[in-house]
Amino acid sequence: MAVEKFSKDHEWIRVDGDVATIGITHHAQEQLGDVVFVEVPEVGRKVAAGEAAAVVESVKAASDVYAPVSGEVIEANGDLAATPALVNEDAEGKAWFFKVRLANPGELDALMDRTAYDQLVKENS
Amino acid sequence: MRYLPLTDTDRQDMLAKVGVGSINELFADVPAAKLLGELPNLPRAKGELEVERELGRLAARNTPAGSVPFFVGAGAYRHHVPASVDHLIQRSEFLTSYTPYQPEISQGTLQYLFEFQTQVALLTGMDVANASMYDGSTATAEAVLMAHRVTRRKKAVLSGGLHPHYRAVIDTLSSYGGARVDALDADPKGAEDIVARIDGETSCVVVQYPSVFGSIRDLTPIAEAAHAKGALLIAVVTEVVALGLLKPPGEMGADIVTAEGQSIGNGLNFGGPYVGLFATRDKLVRQMPGRLAGETVDAEGKRGFVLTLSTREQHIRREKATSNICTNSGLCALAFTIHMTLLGEKGLRRLARLNHGKAVALAEQLGTVDGVDVITPAFFNEFTLRVRGDAAKVIDKLADKGVLGGVPVSRLIPGKAQLSDLILVAATEINTDDDRMAYAKALKEVL
Amino acid sequence: MAMNMQGRPTGPGSAGKSDTDTFTGNRGLDHEEPLLFEAGGLDKTGVDVPDPKTVKTRLGGLERKSEIGLPGLTEPETMRHYVRLSQRNYAIDAGVYPLGSCTMKHNARLNEKMARLPGFGDIHPLQPQKTVQGAIALMEALSGYLLELTGMKAVTLSPKAGAHGELAGMLCIKAAHEAKGSKRNIVLVPDSAHGTNPATAAFMGYSVKPIPAREDGTVAAEAVKAALGPEVAAIMLTNPNTCGLFEPEVVEIARVVHEAGAYFYCDGANFNAIVGKVRPGELGIDAMHINLHKTFSTPHGGGGPGSGPVVLSEALAPFAPLPYSVRQGDTFRLVEHVDEARDGRKPFGRLTAFHGQMGMFVRALTYMLSHGSDGMRQASEDAVLNANYVRAGLRDLMSQPFGDKPCMHEVLFDDAWLKDTGVTTLDFAKAMIDEGYHPMTMYFPLVVHGAMLIEPTESESKQSLDQFIATLRFLAKEAKHGNDKSRFKEAPRLAPRRRLDETKAAREPRLRWRPPVVTKEAAE
Repeated sequence: MAVEKFSKDHEWIRVDGDVATIGITHHAQEQLGDVVFVEVPEVGRKVAAGEAAAVVESVKAASDVYAPVSGEVIEANGDLAATPALVNEDAEGKAWFFKVRLANPGELDALMDRTAYDQLVKENS
Repeated sequence: MRYLPLTDTDRQDMLAKVGVGSINELFADVPAAKLLGELPNLPRAKGELEVERELGRLAARNTPAGSVPFFVGAGAYRHHVPASVDHLIQRSEFLTSYTPYQPEISQGTLQYLFEFQTQVALLTGMDVANASMYDGSTATAEAVLMAHRVTRRKKAVLSGGLHPHYRAVIDTLSSYGGARVDALDADPKGAEDIVARIDGETSCVVVQYPSVFGSIRDLTPIAEAAHAKGALLIAVVTEVVALGLLKPPGEMGADIVTAEGQSIGNGLNFGGPYVGLFATRDKLVRQMPGRLAGETVDAEGKRGFVLTLSTREQHIRREKATSNICTNSGLCALAFTIHMTLLGEKGLRRLARLNHGKAVALAEQLGTVDGVDVITPAFFNEFTLRVRGDAAKVIDKLADKGVLGGVPVSRLIPGKAQLSDLILVAATEINTDDDRMAYAKALKEVL
Repeated sequence: MAMNMQGRPTGPGSAGKSDTDTFTGNRGLDHEEPLLFEAGGLDKTGVDVPDPKTVKTRLGGLERKSEIGLPGLTEPETMRHYVRLSQRNYAIDAGVYPLGSCTMKHNARLNEKMARLPGFGDIHPLQPQKTVQGAIALMEALSGYLLELTGMKAVTLSPKAGAHGELAGMLCIKAAHEAKGSKRNIVLVPDSAHGTNPATAAFMGYSVKPIPAREDGTVAAEAVKAALGPEVAAIMLTNPNTCGLFEPEVVEIARVVHEAGAYFYCDGANFNAIVGKVRPGELGIDAMHINLHKTFSTPHGGGGPGSGPVVLSEALAPFAPLPYSVRQGDTFRLVEHVDEARDGRKPFGRLTAFHGQMGMFVRALTYMLSHGSDGMRQASEDAVLNANYVRAGLRDLMSQPFGDKPCMHEVLFDDAWLKDTGVTTLDFAKAMIDEGYHPMTMYFPLVVHGAMLIEPTESESKQSLDQFIATLRFLAKEAKHGNDKSRFKEAPRLAPRRRLDETKAAREPRLRWRPPVVTKEAAE
């Protein structure tokens, strides 16, 4: 059963077993504007929670995407290099950035659920 | 004061509108003790006539290159710039415009930058070029940093034929962050074995073509050796007219080509402003520093140009920028573009052959002077002379005789006995037969 | 993801109604001009270079065999091509260029004339020094002016632009710390700073620690004190700051910075507000770069060249880079090598080949001689008065982020006043283009939402400002109360190009001309 969580830095994470799929939220892509370039981490790389793992660029801004949890990158989304626009079209679906094998499932407890995230977005605007 | 449009009446009216009694009320945040009472201790305003006189006096104390037989090169070259170039770059819309951040009203600038980028890519034989950098030396240092980023290594190997100033700039920019420089000894004969210095820690090999001593060599084996070890070849060209006659570095495996573009469209100007060229391969474009003009369309589907891939730059990336460079060399790049347009393929090739011919003739002439040897077998428009005695003194004496005969190597690399008798001599299309004869005659007299 | 606070549309938007079509696509004086590569030819040239007699070559077998592919044009065609391009550019000579922190003041033509005197323009940096004494004397004269105006102890002229100057200043600071044996790796930068500040610091390997601004945009000495520590090498502060305000606690900030063993780098981009009114050296700064292309009117040239000399305090003076000039009686000499350095000087090395932007030195000195001490002070006062006059003319319609109070040479508005109008800062700026104005700086500083930073400079007459203010008032009222927002959303409608698709340019980079591919269908 997939668990969905959010970081305060506008990443979403969906966990199935010990594999987590990570991307940026719809709100994040809205704030960024048209995405023109995405850089995803190499497979095999080990990331720590809170570490910058990927980069997403619009015309006017370049932002780091942080890994919300620690683990090893087991897959990266090759579609984003060819079609960065996917991030704008389907940020929380097809435009996932990378998948990790969780090193420490306990870290998920520190993340928010959707209700809490929606509240955060509301407070910020 | 001729540059200040506000009249005293205007100032009174405006202060009233703003709601203050005096101008100093608008400086209220300045600590009172720091607000200057007296004027700075400098002369007061002067009219044009007086300013012209004063600066004219300073200018008269210098010997312009055009007034004597002139053979000075070593990274900056005297060429003939057509009258149209200087006229066009002084048009208000080129001279007094800003960086094209509002592209709808800057298509002039953006289109010429796009043309410039294409010209530079073609000349160097590379895929893509940026909209220029400050000069050849800083462009080269930035290329080294780019190679460090791309290869994730930190050691640059520098040829002994690289201009010492360029080496010094790379040294400065390598003085932090764990970057290292392995610089070969000065190589006047063009005989160094640089391939032997490339290893698994090398990020880039930097080779000047032609070298500062004038020698030319095929870069292909160096490129191959660098690539075999996972390093990049950076080719540096300080005399861009050479690319009108020589095989371009892009056809010899260079990964980055940097150059000084001053020879085209820009005068000597005592060292600046100049224009740095930077070109690379498509796959490395996102690591390339500097501004870039790109093609796109507008809301009506018309072709237009904009600055693009700006997210590499500092005003967006801030701490994570690929470099701290903000400005390109706009007007100098325009001068380059216009001159290159006037030359075209045909004109540039002729100009390059003419330059080479002048240099060959000069080398042959000077080689007949007793006590003088030309030690560069193959060259474009610059070569190295070995003279009997101290080269700096020879140059000094030649100057007293009204001949600016070149650059003593000791001016660039002091304190090395084995280099103290060498002079870098350049010839371009501006040198006449009389100039050449005058040099030979004066050289005979001072040796 | 680190949230971007200034996302804005970068697509072309909608065109709306179009203009009358012409056969040529031209519109009166505005011409559609093809690229050089589409107009020129490989066999055309605008220069009559003599065909060299058969030349014996000594090229070592490296002669170019391939075509370069460079088209040429004859002289009349070249003139027309570039004149037409020029007519598609806005310019200071044509109108108000109110870009905040850019100081788009008048570029005097006397400066151009002086720079082109053969004695300045036609001398080589490496010809014997005794043949260029006038040039070195000019550099000394310029240095003298900069030192007197800033109250600092030494100056390096070699940096080629402002950002390059920042690097020079920070390298002096690094060298000064190393000379003391202190290893510090943090630099403090307020979040309102221009991106070059943290970029320069990070570039050199420092960790950048942000300092928050106060409610009114300025930096509190308390905040600086709290951030200082034994690891802090320097603070980088812009004064007047990027919000157009003089930092009132700058003297105290300098004091606590020095007390902590750190140095104060001042970004001098906004020096135009205080020339002849305040000496930054008396505020306690250690290094400040000066943009000759801003404060001292050397032309912006469509993006460059610039020139960024750096003035230095006594503590940093010994570390100024090569080359520097020294005087020996009546003779001037450029010191070009570390081994030649005397009198306690320890230059950190070179930042550029040769000596710096001599062409810009001549222009800047011409400016200084023309204005004089009285003219330069008047220029700063007029610059500040003009900005406040604009503020007074717009304050009832446009919102200021820190409330209405006197500014220095530039006035800052935010986009709060545009709330619920459907018009953004970007739209407003583009509408200014149709009215014949270059937009102000937008979306900078980043700490202010939808920022609009207006710097008129002292070169604008009251008449010019009155019209500028009236126009902005008109647009502001239209934005707030007008029924038809297409004036904003579809702007610009009258410029040579409509809004351009920056997204496409970044997603599909086309950075050079390539010959069009002839497809089989097209060929048939």
